[in-house]
Amino acid sequence: MSKKKKDIDGSAKARKHTVNVIIHVILAILAFIWVLPIFWVILTSFRAEKGSYVTTFFPKGYTLDNYIKLFTDTSILNFPRMFKNTFVIAIFTCIISTIFVLSVSYCMSRMRFKMRKAYMNIAMVLGLFPSFMSMVAVYYILKALNLSEGSMIPIALIIVFSAGSGVNFYVAKGFFDTIPKSLDEAAIIDGATRWQTFTRITIPLSKPIIVYTILTSFMAPWLDFIFAKVICRADSRYFTVSMGLWRMLDKEYINNWYTCFAAGAVLISVPIAILFLCTQKFYVEGMSGAVKG
Amino acid sequence: MKKKADAKKKKGKEFQTPYTVTNAVKEGDVFTKISLLIMGFGNMAHKQIGKGLVFLAVELGYIWYMISSGFHALAMLPSLGWREQEKVWNDKKMIYEYTAGDQSQLLLLYGVATLFITFLFIIVWREAVKSSYKSEVLAKEGIHLNTFKEDFKSLFDQNLHKLLLAGPVMGILIFTILPLLYNISMAFTNYGKLNEHLILFDWVGLDNFKKVLNMGDSIGKQFYSVLGWTLIWAVLATVLNYIFGMILAIVINRKETKGKAFWRFCFVLSIAVPQFVSLLIMRTMLQPTGIVNSILERYGIINSALPFFTNAMWARVTVIVINLWVGIPYTLLQVTGILQNIPAELYEAAKIDGANAVQAFFKITLPYMLFVMTPYLITQFTGNVNNFNVIYLLSAGAPVQTGLTAGRTDLLVTWLYKLTVDFQYFNLGAVIGIMTFVVLAIVALVTYRNTASYKDEEGFM
Repeated sequence: MSKKKKDIDGSAKARKHTVNVIIHVILAILAFIWVLPIFWVILTSFRAEKGSYVTTFFPKGYTLDNYIKLFTDTSILNFPRMFKNTFVIAIFTCIISTIFVLSVSYCMSRMRFKMRKAYMNIAMVLGLFPSFMSMVAVYYILKALNLSEGSMIPIALIIVFSAGSGVNFYVAKGFFDTIPKSLDEAAIIDGATRWQTFTRITIPLSKPIIVYTILTSFMAPWLDFIFAKVICRADSRYFTVSMGLWRMLDKEYINNWYTCFAAGAVLISVPIAILFLCTQKFYVEGMSGAVKG
Repeated sequence: MKKKADAKKKKGKEFQTPYTVTNAVKEGDVFTKISLLIMGFGNMAHKQIGKGLVFLAVELGYIWYMISSGFHALAMLPSLGWREQEKVWNDKKMIYEYTAGDQSQLLLLYGVATLFITFLFIIVWREAVKSSYKSEVLAKEGIHLNTFKEDFKSLFDQNLHKLLLAGPVMGILIFTILPLLYNISMAFTNYGKLNEHLILFDWVGLDNFKKVLNMGDSIGKQFYSVLGWTLIWAVLATVLNYIFGMILAIVINRKETKGKAFWRFCFVLSIAVPQFVSLLIMRTMLQPTGIVNSILERYGIINSALPFFTNAMWARVTVIVINLWVGIPYTLLQVTGILQNIPAELYEAAKIDGANAVQAFFKITLPYMLFVMTPYLITQFTGNVNNFNVIYLLSAGAPVQTGLTAGRTDLLVTWLYKLTVDFQYFNLGAVIGIMTFVVLAIVALVTYRNTASYKDEEGFM
């Protein structure tokens, strides 16, 4: 009797063991698939042979020339300038958007006023339109404001990336909602103004969501290529990084620039990836609300 | 249900004041009545000089705008202009000179903007009348009226929302709502490359909508096929991402799985790489002469290149599979936290009752997750309907039948983009945008109303 039980235990254990092994193997295969394209672009960025189409996975020779060319060959596609443009645009976009998003979120979470519900409904309805449906209209409005030519293009892009950010308040509002209201009330009884409760109580308690907001708004100009394309048109002096990289894959450039594209892709992915992985905790917390009870 | 209605009534009353425009007209004194014409007059009469001057300045600004350009813009709105650009012989200079013709898209923009500004002005006007009436009533009752300084101070306290919302609302009004109205109005014109209506165009009423919705028309046929594929895509992309992402999260979260953090890192890494980078790389990898095909050919697995983006069926499966690569890590990130929140007792009780892992998944995990994450799923669905990046960067809508504007993998949004940017059919693009909105609005309304978490916020447990 006891021997039989031991057998069953043993076989169950063995079965469990095989299941475990199989699961780990599957996970390994999946992880491999997920990492493969990233690994491949890193390899390509160090590849010595030119051109976009190769027949071997691993390069035949390794070189740093692609990175060097990216920063020195500024005659056709001026990558350093694109990088500078995008950086400046991203900083301003980030400041304006963060202020807008936090302001709106605070009002929606803490203040009670007549237009509050209406504002939230309008924001939801606006969210249902394709985001770039009115890109042509935006272009004409910028043109009417004399912001569509020459050195005004960066300003136009900053406006485009940050002006509408007031509708993206849901995540931050959800976070503010989790901060106990009693803190505000106590401060107000002590004679604090609303402005003081906002800047001295809510903001210091909201680090995760502030980091999350700053990060997402800082990244937007690096990732967008739709509005940048419509607003920059052919004026390559004001290209952003994503437009430049997109350009490198055009038929006329791809043969000479494909490996440089990979190098550029790695260069902008690395900081974004590091930022993201460091703040992943904030990202998840921001979505679920950190300060509870 | 009745309780809800009561609550609603109460809410409406919360912000009610006796200081309305109707009351001001009926019961206001001379000063208030004058402020119907001269904004801010009532305020100034009751010593609120600063506030009154602000209202007056708004009115003068509006009048100046209307005289200098507003009336002209409104007058041109019905016709949208008719003068073509012409060559005129200038006898004095002995050259041909071009006379400036009308540019319909600018006239339309100015017209819509003027209507928009007028609408905003009416709102300010109502505020001014109410404010005058309020100052009159308060002055009569001998209650202290806020000075300009006190009004300014209140912006940092009980009126903080006015201060904080001013910037964001201006941004949304000028760069989101105004362009949207302008764009929607394009849907009712013949603005487009068709018959050379790029500079001068006219109102055509509902013609564009008839064209798009008409099965017999070429554009109409494309519309229904694109709409069908958009819905299939959105459902498959949302559901598959969710299910596979959840299974992956459960597998990684198992007690027996070793190196949880490492596995999570591998998958999350793909979020950290900008989407347009990873998708453009995938596209070059999957080209007929790309790395995937050439390696498969070299090892003799296939004889000719796999038609990843040249065969309609292949292209559709390819974009869905690659979207799994893009989307599963997001689901993983979202689900992991929620999975850990499911009370462990539920699983223990199920185990005692003799349920196996699969049963536990379908009876406990799935219902719980669906309950918590329905809003997330709806946003995912709308996000997928509007998923421009994945389609445009991967297949760009290919394969496209010659003579048509929409490809077999085109979504409504990518078609909209092509119609406006590549083909310059601005009017049709606007119609497609409106139709996308209609589809999303219907889906959002129906699902929100029918979800458990909407009906009963604490129903689960």
